[in-house]
Amino acid sequence: MSEAVMADAMVSPAVGGPYVEKAGGPVVDFSYVGIDAILEQMRRKAMKQGFELNIMVVGQSGLGKSTLMNTLFKSKVSRKSVLATGQEKIPKTIEIKSISHDIEEKGVRMKLTVIDTPGFGDQINNENCWQPIMKFINDQYEAYLQEEININRKKRIPDSRVHCCIYFIPPTGHCLRPLDVEFMRRLSKVVNIVPVIAKADTLTLEERDFFKKKIREELRANGIDVYPQKEFDEDAEDRMINEKIREMIPFAVVGSDQEYQVNGRRLLGRKTKWGTIEVENIAHCEFAYLRDLLIRSHMQNIKDITSSIHYEMYRVRRLNENNTVVARANGIPEHHLAAHEM
Amino acid sequence: MAVQTQQKNLEGYVGFATLPNQVYRKSVKRGFEFTLMVVGESGLGKSTLINSLFLTDLYSAEYPGPSHRVKKTVQVEQSKVLIKEGGVQLLLTIVDTPGFGDAVDNSNCWQPIIDHIDSKFEDYLNSESRVNRRQMPDSRIHCCLYFIAPSGHGLKPLDIEFMKRLHEKVNVIPLIAKADTLTPEECQQFKKQIMREIQEHKIKIYEFPETDDEEENRVVKKIKDKLPLAVVGSNTIIEVNTKRVRGRQYPWGVAEVENSDHCDFTILRDMLIRTHMQDLKDMTNNVHYENYRSRKLAAVTYNGADNNRSKGSQSTKHDTVEGMSPLAQMEEERREHVTKMKKMEMEMEQVFEMKVKEKVQKLKDSEAELQRRHEQMKKNLEAQHRELEEKRRVFEEERANWEAHQRLEQQKLEASRTLEKNKKKGKIF
Repeated sequence: MSEAVMADAMVSPAVGGPYVEKAGGPVVDFSYVGIDAILEQMRRKAMKQGFELNIMVVGQSGLGKSTLMNTLFKSKVSRKSVLATGQEKIPKTIEIKSISHDIEEKGVRMKLTVIDTPGFGDQINNENCWQPIMKFINDQYEAYLQEEININRKKRIPDSRVHCCIYFIPPTGHCLRPLDVEFMRRLSKVVNIVPVIAKADTLTLEERDFFKKKIREELRANGIDVYPQKEFDEDAEDRMINEKIREMIPFAVVGSDQEYQVNGRRLLGRKTKWGTIEVENIAHCEFAYLRDLLIRSHMQNIKDITSSIHYEMYRVRRLNENNTVVARANGIPEHHLAAHEM
Repeated sequence: MAVQTQQKNLEGYVGFATLPNQVYRKSVKRGFEFTLMVVGESGLGKSTLINSLFLTDLYSAEYPGPSHRVKKTVQVEQSKVLIKEGGVQLLLTIVDTPGFGDAVDNSNCWQPIIDHIDSKFEDYLNSESRVNRRQMPDSRIHCCLYFIAPSGHGLKPLDIEFMKRLHEKVNVIPLIAKADTLTPEECQQFKKQIMREIQEHKIKIYEFPETDDEEENRVVKKIKDKLPLAVVGSNTIIEVNTKRVRGRQYPWGVAEVENSDHCDFTILRDMLIRTHMQDLKDMTNNVHYENYRSRKLAAVTYNGADNNRSKGSQSTKHDTVEGMSPLAQMEEERREHVTKMKKMEMEMEQVFEMKVKEKVQKLKDSEAELQRRHEQMKKNLEAQHRELEEKRRVFEEERANWEAHQRLEQQKLEASRTLEKNKKKGKIF
């Protein structure tokens, strides 16, 4: 059961239609049916149900993943804030740690799950370090599939599928590393990848533009399709908006969960001896764009693509696998099954 | 018998106080050499830092630095530049290691670097052991700057492995690269964490020597507190408050390279060039090179001992290195070499003889073969001869027969003719 599509603009529509005030009491407009009241109903339902969002952060240790998560959701949602470990030791193998939080804003509740992957890319030999991550993503799809296939289904299947994977690129300023290319190539097929340039306060503006251009070229050269994917643009309007976004990826972000006083206002930022970097200032870094993309404008779109495209692909593959196994056991040739499925 | 040195006071001015000046003048004439190695992942600002340190464009647009080229394996590249300042010449060699730590699998990426350092030591050892030692170019690596990525957490496994393997071969100076990423508090914490990990793994980074001078000691202590140095490199000049400085321009401010509040670049430069360059060279010469040398020569003698034992010769050689002087060692080696040569000679002679025998045998064989054929042909010839004789005899017989027959015929003819004649005659009668 797919989630209800919410309108981006949470404008409360006028309940009922335009009331024409005429002398002599309220007049009912006979041409108004009231279909648009459904928006209000959906809204109320969504508020009651709440939303779910699962974000995975992947990158080498020390790139500011936890800080960025805290900054995005303006609260201490990262693994480090929750599990207070004394010293940060790099784990010997990749672990997958997922922390869930229930946050609320203006009556809208959200269950946010941040999936962290400490140990990625930190070893000397990083061969196949993407495998645990792919396995995790496929396991989540599997769990959802199992729930779906059940005869007695739950009213609301808990959605633990990874909606979005933020990949942190270290700010070398030159080009993508082989590890980055390998990882993104494999994972862009199963999950929405949003690449970001971590710790972007290392790069001057010229370096940043050069680096972004290099990265976009390399992504194109390797056939890596990151979110927003070109092939899933539905209409011209979408394409226009997404083209603008595609010109800007990867976003150069800076994260911070400390506030400083700048020009009489309290802002999130980083204070150095030569200046203060404001996180939300688009002249300084592109954090605001990332936040708008992930939360304010494209959150529902991300979830839709995950459920209708990535998940469906997984489901088709899985069910075909199952069918071929069953068919071989029963002696039915495979092309018969395909015909049935059509 | 120990010689006692007594402190004597001079009664007048002798003049050997000018010795340092003489040394200085000689050194200036000779010029200096310094070899610096930079190691670190690509994109950490190594080339920029080198350019900033020596105020030259070692890597310029025409000769792009290693960072602009994609590497498949770790390479070791050298670039030399001769810089002059105040009449003093410095031949600076920068050894760069592009490709270090960039691949997906980085096991043993330090091996080419270790091999390079050892080969430089080997070259120096060979040129030191030569008979003619006029030119002894010193291309040994005097200092290795290791760049740590500014993660803010601690050392990576690759960093620890690399430093553990190289700290006994070369002076390792760890640096925090791109230090303008870190706020002052993060930087402090990061440095403490790194030093803790370095001590935990017993890595011996370059230690600044204690001097007798109080003033210098204080400076040294200040440097020690700031280890590892957090550096920022840049060669672009920017105007800040009507002052022209080298720095990096950001939308939120300018990070100045030479401002000691912003980063430790000036400390690094002073330490590396102005105060401790000679000490680095001395450390390399006295400690690292000697380590290499004793290890290498010990290995050689150990092998030598093995050889002698296997040959079973009676040598009264000490088995330990300390009991033997280098000269005796060389004598031993020479003797070994000579015996080896003799053995080889013998072997070669044997081989030679064998070959000769073979050849002789072959020749004999072919001779016999020829002989046989000769006989064969002779026999054939004789057989033919006999045949021919036979034929001739037969032919002669036939001829004789035929002649006899002919004579007979002739006679018969004669007879018949005379008979006819007679008849005719008779008839006429």
